[in-house]
Formats: sequence, C-alpha cells, structure tokens
Amino acid sequence: MADPVIKSYEPHHESRSAAVTESRPVQLLLMAVAFAFLAIFLLLPLIIVFHEALAKGFGAYTESLSNPDTRSAIRLTLLVAAIAVPLNVVFGISAAWAIAKFEFKGKAFLTTLIDLPFSVSPVISGLVYVLLFGAQGLFGEWLRAHGIQILFAVPGIVLATVFVTFPFVARELIPLMQEQGNGDEEAALSLGANGWQTFWYVTLPNVKWGLLYGVLLCNARSMGEFGAVSVVSGHIRGLTNTMPLHVEILYNEYNAVGAFAVASLLAGLALVTLVLKTLLEMRYGAEIAATRGH
Amino acid sequence: MTIAPAKAGWRFRQPSVIPGFGLTLGFSLAYLTLIILIPLSGLIWRSAALGWTDFWAIATDRRTINALQISFGTAFIAAAVNVVFGTLVAWVLVRYRFPGRRVVDAMVDLPFALPTAVAGIALTTLYAPNGWIGQLLAPLGIKVAYTPLGIVVALVFIGLPFVVRTVQPIMEEIDKEVEEAAATLGANRFQIITRILFPGLAPAIITGFSLAFARGVGEYGSVIFIAGNLPYKSEIAPLLIVIRLEEYNYPAATAIAAIMLLLSFVMLLVINLAQSWSRKRYG
Repeated sequence: MADPVIKSYEPHHESRSAAVTESRPVQLLLMAVAFAFLAIFLLLPLIIVFHEALAKGFGAYTESLSNPDTRSAIRLTLLVAAIAVPLNVVFGISAAWAIAKFEFKGKAFLTTLIDLPFSVSPVISGLVYVLLFGAQGLFGEWLRAHGIQILFAVPGIVLATVFVTFPFVARELIPLMQEQGNGDEEAALSLGANGWQTFWYVTLPNVKWGLLYGVLLCNARSMGEFGAVSVVSGHIRGLTNTMPLHVEILYNEYNAVGAFAVASLLAGLALVTLVLKTLLEMRYGAEIAATRGH
Repeated sequence: MTIAPAKAGWRFRQPSVIPGFGLTLGFSLAYLTLIILIPLSGLIWRSAALGWTDFWAIATDRRTINALQISFGTAFIAAAVNVVFGTLVAWVLVRYRFPGRRVVDAMVDLPFALPTAVAGIALTTLYAPNGWIGQLLAPLGIKVAYTPLGIVVALVFIGLPFVVRTVQPIMEEIDKEVEEAAATLGANRFQIITRILFPGLAPAIITGFSLAFARGVGEYGSVIFIAGNLPYKSEIAPLLIVIRLEEYNYPAATAIAAIMLLLSFVMLLVINLAQSWSRKRYG
C-alpha cells in the first residue's frame, strides 16, 4: 500500500499526552454515542434493504428480479448512465482544461455556474425540462408537429440525469489540474508535441485517478437519481421506468419483496462505489487532490 | 506558467503557450448553456410571465406556505441534529484509534452513494409502527413514519456526510502544539475545547450546516415515502411542485420552483460569504 498517502490522512496524534486528549471513559462514551448514531442512521437502513429483499427466501428474490418490467428498468438505467456519464466526462475534461490551464476574466463566475445543479432541487431539475418540452412548454408545439418525443421518453430522462450529474467530473478535475500547473504541458509542447498529444500522453495520465473518481460518483448518481427523472419520465412501465422509479412503483403496490429486491441491486451499486472510492483515496489520495466530499 | 501581460489594459485572457483555449471554453460554454442555463432561464421566464398578482396569489396560498415552512423547518432541524452528531462523528474519526476506523469512515459517505428512493423505503420500513425502530418507539407514544418527524429522520440521513466531510479535514489540520500550549498555561480540557478548538472549527461547522440545510430543503426521493404527504401537515415543497405538475397547473409549479430557487440562491450566497469570512479569519 502507498504509505505516504495514508500518512497524509493520519494526523500526528498517536503520541497525544493526557493533557491534550479526553480521559478514557469520556473517549469511550463519545465513541459509543457516535457508533450508536451511525448504526441507527446508516447501518440499519442498509441492512433492512437486504433483509426485506430476502424476507420470502432466495427464490422469491431471484423471481422478482427476473420480472420483465424489472429487467427493462435495469436496461434503461444502464442505458441512461451509458449516455449521461460520457457526456459529462467530455464536458468535465473540457471545462477543466479551459479553467485550470488558462487565466481569463469571469473564471470564478464560470466555476460557480458549473456547481449550480448541486444547489437546485432535483424536482426543479426535472421541471425545467417539462417547461421547455412539455405540451404547454416552449418547444411543445414544434416538437409535436415534428413528431419528436423528448418528455416521457428516453431523451428527457437522459437530459434530466445529465443536469443532475453535471458538476461531478468537472469539480473533481478542476482543482486537481490547477494544483498540477502547466509545467508538464509546457515541457511537452516545447519538445514538439502537438496539443492533442500533450493532452493524451501528458495531461490525461496525470489526472486519470481523479477522473476515475469523478466518473465513479457521476455514475452512482446517474443510476440512482430519482426526483428529476421522476418528473420527466411519465412512469410508463417497461418503457420509461428506471430502477429507482421501479422501486417506487413496486413499493406503492405493496410488493415489498419486489421493491427491496430492486433496491438491493442499487444498494449493492452504492457499496461497490464506496469500496472503489475508498480504495482510490487510499492508494492515490495525493493524485485525486484534497477534494473529498460529494 | 502563464506569462504576465507586458502592458496593462483589459484583456479577456492572459497569453499562454498551451493550445485549445477556444475549443475547450467554447464547448464548455455551449454545453453549459444548453443543459443548464437555457432550461433554468426558461423557469425564470415562465414565472416572470405569470405577472405579479398571479405569482403573489400562488406564493401566499396556504398550502404553498405550509409546504415551504415544512421543507425549510425540517431541513433546519435536521441540519442542526447533523451539526451535533456530524461533529461528534468527525471528532471520533479524527482523534481516536479503533479497529475498523477506515470502514466507519467510508460508511459516512453512504448517503451520497445510496439512491434516495432506496433510503426512503428503507427508513420507512424501519420507522413504520411495526418496523424495527418504530415498534420500540410506539409504546412511548412517538410516531415517526408518516409525520414531520419522519421527514427530519430522512433529512438527517441525507445531510450527515455534508457536515462530517466539511468538519473532518479542518479538524485534522489543528496543530497539537496549540492545545499543548493551552494545557501548559493551565487550561483544562473543557476550556481547550470551547475556547481553542471550537472557534477554529466554527466556520467549517457553519458551512457544513448550510450545505446539509440546502440539500435538505430540495430533497425529494427519501422524504416522500416516510412523510405521509398530508397537505398542510407533512407535504414538502418539492412534492407540491410535482402535484401541481400532475394537475397540469404549470403556473403554480413554476412559481413554487422559482421561490425555492430564489431561497436556495440566497443560501448559496450565505455559504460563500461564510466561506470567505472563515478564510479571511482563519486562513
């Protein structure tokens, strides 16, 4: 394991004297309260997902997962993520190149705009597309006249997902590339590399772990997004239901095993995301910069 | 590094040998405009087109006001709970060594990774009157699921990592020497915490609170399952937007969204002010 990185997360307190730490009973008390809080608020919800999914045995679990509507929800979720994530990766790299490698007026404002989707309620992220493409929307008439379906169809779901996951890759790469500076690129250029070669052979290898980190978070959110997608999807079974929406429908039909079976797949995705994220932080902490959180 | 301009004067960008500025900035701006700016200005345009009288009528509708009060009230309480427990969790993670610390640390990010709908049905099942936690609380006369208290529980879950992840790095940076100096000068542990440590952490705690609060106000997926969604009692503002949309009442949905957006924008401003204030004071 990469020791220097781990050290950067381990503050120097192994040798704390009694004067600058709490007494042992107080320590134990604080730890007990913290663990109890985490167990009740984080661990129990996670456990109950799998408990409820398997409540009627493994047969019922696999049976509800092989339901055709569930299958199509899984396919749609994978399809949406497969479109939304690459789009935001291209944007993230492009925005990070412009913002980190150059000095220009209005840069801080642009950075703020990129973060905007994080401060908008998911429901509003869906609503804005309804106002544009809905029947009473700005382009509603035109779209109907030309027979183009955006709302209550895959394009609308993709748009809403792209909106919600917009900042993830960019906000990971911008601070990282700013920290790395332009030295490597300038060296490559002075040695005769063209811009594309510089990006491909110099910049990209430098930021690959940070990029992966951003992709990981972006993907988790695109597969799990509920509010924004719920507003634009129309909830058509087998057609415009993503996995989180399918969870809602099954749950409201009192099909607890079905709902929690689909939920368990999403919870599994969350766990895999957390494990990969932690491994990235442990191994490449320095290379994914000090931008933890989100 | 970029070369400083030789003479003063307004310049859009400083010269640089690195290529691709026009391409990357152009693409980023076009994408940003198409995906974010045009749709959001559509919302502003639609609510401006409503006219002041209509807008005011929707904004002062009792159901709208109640929904906004519930959203902001529960988000505030949940963020306050998270300040207490999030700071405690950060403290335990930073200061104490125990087996499995890294697993606990990773677990804190679960609410970021777990889809909100999954969190919603899981919490509802736990806190329903016959659920694992609900049946313990029922004899005490405490109802959580299908009440505003349930909304708070969901928002505590959603907001926890915002506080922990904001406070934790600042806690790690505190110099041991400062505490040792205070101890040498005769301060007891309580004084060190309240007089030395807390002032240094306060800005981060404020930021964590604002982030958790902002997220809680807009939260939808985890809340609608546990809230019960009774109009005037446990109906959150984002749900009211969805209900108005389903009634094809676009003006009302737009107006409520515009109010929420305005309030979120004010909060964003406060967060930025808090951050620059903390940088100035402690940076």
